[in-house]
Amino acid sequence: MHAFANPKRFLSLARWLTPLLLVSGLLLAGAALLYGLLWAPAERLQGDSVRILFLHVPTAWLAMGGWSAIAISSLVELVWRHPLASLAARASAVPGAVFTAICLATGSLWGRPAWGTWWVWDGRLTSMLVLLFLYFGYIALAQAVDREGASSRIPAIFGLVGAINIPIIHYSVIWWNSLHQPPSITAGKSAMSPEFLIPLLVATFGFSLIFGGVVLARMRALLAEIQAEARLRRKALGDSASRGRGVTA
Amino acid sequence: MREVLDQWNFVIAAYALGIGGTLAMVAWSWISMRRAEARREEARKK
Repeated sequence: MHAFANPKRFLSLARWLTPLLLVSGLLLAGAALLYGLLWAPAERLQGDSVRILFLHVPTAWLAMGGWSAIAISSLVELVWRHPLASLAARASAVPGAVFTAICLATGSLWGRPAWGTWWVWDGRLTSMLVLLFLYFGYIALAQAVDREGASSRIPAIFGLVGAINIPIIHYSVIWWNSLHQPPSITAGKSAMSPEFLIPLLVATFGFSLIFGGVVLARMRALLAEIQAEARLRRKALGDSASRGRGVTA
Repeated sequence: MREVLDQWNFVIAAYALGIGGTLAMVAWSWISMRRAEARREEARKK
């Protein structure tokens, strides 16, 4: 991992990996969603509304995956001071927040025909809403730290503390009574028929590639901003130093 | 009285929101990356 701590090495990898991840992710997720919309069979109990599954479940997994990435990157930043870890954490926040918002919106649109209500304040839905607010808080905190020039360890600590919410989201449907169904897919087991499971896994893989591509694009943007600012600052310092020499001479 | 809902309205709304949101995020991240990299090149030339 430390081999990629060098921004030059990271950029040489990210330059070709970013478009590759984005294009392949869009193609895979698009194909799975097209199948879900046009060819997947209606479910016996839920009817056609089950098609929302192919969007809702991948975005829910990636919403939690995004914060897990923030927490792991924050830990790496705090312990090993890896120069790109802080950028990776910051870059994961926007796609994580977008996927959390999509998960909540599609869940609400699925809940209305399936449960008869847009929203219930149960453990799963509430903890997902808390995750969205955590993302907003993290993004605002990271921007404030950049603006004020404060320590980047502050958002890293926030990222680690916020990770407490991830097991709460996962186990909420087991710990508390909920309208939300318990997990249909657990390690090595699935209660789903292959005609739903296979496109769901393809959609999840596609959305994961998109997530990875967006994280790399955000990292490249953040790195370029830092490098441009450093360059301009060095230039300004050099100019004022040469002016100073001119005055004393 | 039982309310009759057309499930396809909810499916189409969910797909429009999900696909639109994802495409907007991809476009924004790509454009902001290209702009930031162009600014860095400009700063190098100065």
